[in-house]
Amino acid sequence: MTRAAPERSWPRPPASPWLLLSGVIALLVLAPLAALAVPAWQGSENLWQHLVTFVLPVAARDTFVLLAGVGALAAVIGTGTAWLVTAYDFRGRRMLDWALLLPLAVPTYIVAYAYLDILHPVGPVQSLLRALLGYESPREFRLPDIRSMIGCIGLLGFVLYPYVYLTARAMFLMQAANLIDVARTLGIGRAAVFLRVALPLARPAVAVGLSLALMEALNDIGASEFLGVRTMTVSIYTTWVTRADLPGAAQIALAMLLVVLLLVVVERRARRGRRYANDAQHPRPLQPQRLTGTAGAAALAVGLVPVALGFLVPAAYLVDATVSRVRFAGVSPALVTETINTVGVSLAATALTLVCGVAVVYAVRVGRGRLPALVARAAALGYAVPGTVLAIGLLPVVTGVDALVDRAAGVLLGASWGLFMLGSGAALVYAYLVRFLALAAGSVEAGFSRISTSIDDAARTLGAGAASRLVRLHLPLTRPALATAALLVFVDCMKELPATLLLRPIGFETLATHLYGEAVRGTYEDAAIAALLIVLAGLGPVIVLARVSRFGETGAQAFRAAETLLTAKV
Amino acid sequence: MTTFVPTRARRAMLLVLAALVAAAPAAAQEVNLYTTREPGLIQPLLDAFTKSTGIKVNSIFVRDGLAERVAAEGAKSPADVLMTVDLGDLLTLVDRGVTQTVQSAVLERAVPAHLRGAKGEWFTLSLRARVLYADKDLPLSSFTYEQLADPKWKSRVCLRAGQHPYNTALIAAYIARHGEAKAEAWLRGIKANLGRKATGGDRDVARDILGGICDIGVANSYYVGLMRSGAGGPEQEKWGAAIKVILPTFEGGGTHVNVSGATVARHAPNRANAVRLLEYLVSDEAQKMYAEANYEYPVKAGAAAHPLIAALGRLSVDAIPLTDIARHRATASRLVDKVGLDN
Repeated sequence: MTRAAPERSWPRPPASPWLLLSGVIALLVLAPLAALAVPAWQGSENLWQHLVTFVLPVAARDTFVLLAGVGALAAVIGTGTAWLVTAYDFRGRRMLDWALLLPLAVPTYIVAYAYLDILHPVGPVQSLLRALLGYESPREFRLPDIRSMIGCIGLLGFVLYPYVYLTARAMFLMQAANLIDVARTLGIGRAAVFLRVALPLARPAVAVGLSLALMEALNDIGASEFLGVRTMTVSIYTTWVTRADLPGAAQIALAMLLVVLLLVVVERRARRGRRYANDAQHPRPLQPQRLTGTAGAAALAVGLVPVALGFLVPAAYLVDATVSRVRFAGVSPALVTETINTVGVSLAATALTLVCGVAVVYAVRVGRGRLPALVARAAALGYAVPGTVLAIGLLPVVTGVDALVDRAAGVLLGASWGLFMLGSGAALVYAYLVRFLALAAGSVEAGFSRISTSIDDAARTLGAGAASRLVRLHLPLTRPALATAALLVFVDCMKELPATLLLRPIGFETLATHLYGEAVRGTYEDAAIAALLIVLAGLGPVIVLARVSRFGETGAQAFRAAETLLTAKV
Repeated sequence: MTTFVPTRARRAMLLVLAALVAAAPAAAQEVNLYTTREPGLIQPLLDAFTKSTGIKVNSIFVRDGLAERVAAEGAKSPADVLMTVDLGDLLTLVDRGVTQTVQSAVLERAVPAHLRGAKGEWFTLSLRARVLYADKDLPLSSFTYEQLADPKWKSRVCLRAGQHPYNTALIAAYIARHGEAKAEAWLRGIKANLGRKATGGDRDVARDILGGICDIGVANSYYVGLMRSGAGGPEQEKWGAAIKVILPTFEGGGTHVNVSGATVARHAPNRANAVRLLEYLVSDEAQKMYAEANYEYPVKAGAAAHPLIAALGRLSVDAIPLTDIARHRATASRLVDKVGLDN
């Protein structure tokens, strides 16, 4: 290293425009986090003593138990189903292949509402059970309440497992074939191959998918609060809302962000050096073993369980509730506007996020030194912050910009533009960018990493500038990865609730805010149509995602993109 | 960015754009409402206001962060009227300095003095009683809030989250009446009596009584009307039929009520219309709607409650001033944490 130092060209080349752009984007992401530090600095009287004595012990324990439980469940389901559809071939496997992704389309809070209705003592399941067992009243017989830690773990586990499925599946597809074939020629059985070869190989991928699922579980407030599980995120919320203590809430939020960052660093350290075979230019899909008859039917049945619990049951409930609701109260014409609003804002945010993601990643590719990579990592930080907290941080930033724009408009045009961002929905697009840039950047990074830098060099010697290389080379070559990024961001934007609620313009409703308005009134069945529309709108992208990630070079690349994206995210 | 020197064409374009932007908000008579009340509950009232005055109401439902949002928007805030489901939230707005006072003979005549700010900082629009839902077969005809902690109800009480404003207000009232230490002991008793986690909504109390999870629970009065009238559908009618409703009191006191209220935003661009909206909301017509459509107790003396609500019995409101109760809200919230009511 000491020898390399003098060789460094000095003075340094001027900062590339790409790095500059990337830096601006990172600042956009960091601004709301910095804004949180302002109220946090004001201090909050005796807050921490109260928290440490009465809140943290339980909240920390509950958060830990929740994450451990959801993690275990998601890991088992995700890895198990991924192996099932990779190592075996049976009737219905191709359908299962994409159906296993479907729970991604359903927001966790909707699943929570649905399951409380379905599993309540006066709901259909227990009523049927009582009829079968000959009980008259729920006072004689009833199942344990779903509003509990166990209920919350089960629910989140069955909704969040697709993240693990996605990554584990990519791993089994891409990496394992050669080694698994070797193992098999050595006469090792399927089950042993799974346990002794495939699973250890897939461990990094599972860890990556898992960390994403856990981040979702940690930041979830809808389902946890509804089911009575008091996580740290719920505690922040209480401090802020019920005690009107914004400084206190900001302090807890920043402390939590620090803890998450610490975990991320530890996880990265632990993973360092555990590089697995990266040569996947010509991935050879594992030859699946054919299962027929009962074995095939059993495999299908097992694979359908998570699809049913994570998607089919809540979706069927929503359809049923929608039908009876439409019959009872008709369809609100506002739903059309709300759907257009939802899709419109989500599309705008997806486009912007994708462009920013490409810029950040490309800056790393054409830049030198560690700075571009650091900037890129900073740009991904918004994902580690709960949406509620991010929304509070975004408020002063957005209104600050609005004030500047208004003053500029006054000087240049002699007109008042009022609240430019908050009043137009631009604040929402900004919020989604901050929150989901990590998704886009990670996916794009995965795609770019598959293009050898020697191609860049060749293009450069032919006189192509950085921008030209990006447009003519990198973007066309990484279309599947870009599609993956766009779809994941789009689905998440549609489901986003807390920031949408606080930062939308006056009179601007989305499907999610409509649904929430009904839910806080305790009339979530009134909003079944809105919930169903969210699920339907999320369904399209998920199916496209599944199609894109079919076998072959493009499919493999998309899966790989998803896998690397998750690595990059944490 | 040297291209900023405007050519004639560009300047013309900018002028048109500016005119459009400037013209848009001033187009019609309107008033902007920021509300933490659920939109479905107040929309009929707003529609009626528009019909009778021709003033269009633009509203945004903000659950949390209303004060933060209005404060951040500052002088350019379009907010005219701020409406909340709870007095504590209303007073938070006043404390944050995002409101202004209103002098209106109409409001002062309609709203009793103890239900509005002394200088016109805030106004109550409707009241809800925090009542007891009990299994309809229980031999129970009266109840005190103190009895919620009675060990005979062990594992038989249902409650929404203790941190919810409706409950923190009730606990704050208990503190105002009995002091913090007794309130803590009372909460520990309630905690031991819970039949399930303290979560969900008020209507879940009725549903869970029907489902055999609990025998009694505390919830707001207007949900009784919403359930029993059939407005919430046939399922909820069953929940409403499964319970009997008792107006509980504090020992030697009255029934705890929480209020919905409103205030005018400090930088209200349509101040006159804002006052008109407030005055409309306490008019006979609107107060009747509060009673008929929302099943709330009208704030205006002489306005009648809905028959379903009147049937619950005579409401005798507890004497402790609401502003005293609101002062204890943060303490109440900390007590909820301390006894782990929501854990």
